[in-house]
Amino acid sequence: MTALTEQRARLGLKRFGTPFAVVVVLAVLFLWLGSLTLDSIEERTLNTSYLVERTQEHLILTVASSALVALLAIPAGIAAYRVRSKAVRAFVIGLGNIGQATPAVGVVILLAIVWQTGFFTALISLVAYCFLPVLRNTLTGLEQVDQATREAARGMGMTPRQVLWRIELPLASPVILAGLRTALVFSVGVATIATFINAGGLGDMIVNGLKLQRYPVIVVGAVLVAAIAVLIDWAAGLVEDLVRPRGL
Amino acid sequence: MSEPGVGIELSHVTKLYAGQQQAAVEDFSLSVDPGELVMFVGPSGCGKTTTMKMINRIIEPSSGSITIDGQDVLSLDPNELRRHIGYVIQQIGLFPHMTIAENIATVPKLLGWSRERTNNRVDELLRTVQLDPAVFAHRYPKQLSGGQQQRVGVARALAADPPVMLMDEPFGATDPITRQKLQAEFLKLQADIGKTIIFVTHDFDEAVRLGDRIAVLGERSRIEQFDTPANILANPANDYVSSFIGHGAGLMRLALIPISDVELDAPDATAPAVDADSSLRDALDLLMVTGAERVNVSGGEGSLTHARISAALNKARHPVEAS
Repeated sequence: MTALTEQRARLGLKRFGTPFAVVVVLAVLFLWLGSLTLDSIEERTLNTSYLVERTQEHLILTVASSALVALLAIPAGIAAYRVRSKAVRAFVIGLGNIGQATPAVGVVILLAIVWQTGFFTALISLVAYCFLPVLRNTLTGLEQVDQATREAARGMGMTPRQVLWRIELPLASPVILAGLRTALVFSVGVATIATFINAGGLGDMIVNGLKLQRYPVIVVGAVLVAAIAVLIDWAAGLVEDLVRPRGL
Repeated sequence: MSEPGVGIELSHVTKLYAGQQQAAVEDFSLSVDPGELVMFVGPSGCGKTTTMKMINRIIEPSSGSITIDGQDVLSLDPNELRRHIGYVIQQIGLFPHMTIAENIATVPKLLGWSRERTNNRVDELLRTVQLDPAVFAHRYPKQLSGGQQQRVGVARALAADPPVMLMDEPFGATDPITRQKLQAEFLKLQADIGKTIIFVTHDFDEAVRLGDRIAVLGERSRIEQFDTPANILANPANDYVSSFIGHGAGLMRLALIPISDVELDAPDATAPAVDADSSLRDALDLLMVTGAERVNVSGGEGSLTHARISAALNKARHPVEAS
């Protein structure tokens, strides 16, 4: 009984500790901001509508890119797994590695030069950047399914497709979701560079603040990005807990 | 209720893996009678598991033919074929994300049984393997002990009442006490359901205890001897089989001879008593432990001495000639 209450208390801490901390940090930030006398440059940035718009842009970029990554990288991982060819596996992983090893700033700016500036360019470089963790986790998640479990499924007459959908994917799902979670958090950080190609986001505040030497602007931008990253990680953790197959 | 077993015929079955000089299984021919429990016994790597797995085509034979109930398995859809062959492996391979009931319902679900029929079958099978459905049906595999999981593995293999079962060292990963218990339960179960079973093991004691017939396999799955446990123990075909039996063949044979098969002396009221349905090995054990000259068979029909036991063993040495 005590073990159960203890576990519940820990769960409660896990569930509500993080958002509580974020709220406290934000409250302190805005209290501090309220105590400052802002000049006209700062006022142009540090007002509600500007903050809300930049945050929205940032979130849309993050969520859209992660959704695209999920849509592309998970099927790619499944395909790479099912081909069971070392060459294909090496090629796909290599491609993902290149995406991740290339500095995101470089990709964004190169793409902007050869293509266009704006939202879609930023989106594509984010997708390229976050592709690998999801792909690799999908692949490892599927590969780490116990060979005996797979053989039992086959031995009972499941078709390869049934083995994939009923056995392998459910058992790999915690690892796949962990990859998605990593991708989400990555993209919150990387989305700040969207500002260089006029795609908005909270990066605007950080870069403007740096250029104009307005520290309150930098601080607010940076803290907001961090807060979003922490909150998204927390939400993804909750989703993971919810959809993790029971019995594991 | 339960579908009886059917015959299995393997004829000139060979498995040659690509890029290997020697076949893993070479020219293997064997005929298994309906309802028979045949043990494949041999050292690790002798190809016994490969041979078994060719029957449900987890491994495809390179040449030869395999028939079940006269039907060529190589002409059937492998997935459909496997749904009608029970399959139990050493690692059990329960699906960790499914409840015990869902695990057992796997094949019925693949075969499209109704929910009600499936549920009834799951309950029936759980009771058959002595697990209370009310307690276990909704648990997950990791909440069960190894022995319980293995029972679920057997129940799952029996779910769609297949006439044939393939069992690959099913009790190999359990501790000795659990193993003996599972073996005893399994024998009782098999007496009821009468499936045709191919049972792979490297444990000769297990083969003697369970098998109707034992195929002692050598390298590349060559059949060194295929006979009843008593005949193999009494008349090993060659040195290989003898070495595989190891020491204590006499004691193993005693375990196979029931007291009721032996002529008894007059009872002696002062002697210790042994159960009438136990084996000669139990009687000998009691003789040794108590140091008595003779043991009474309970029920009072008679008593047994060392000489009687030894005579029974020698009589059984040449069973072919004797009959």
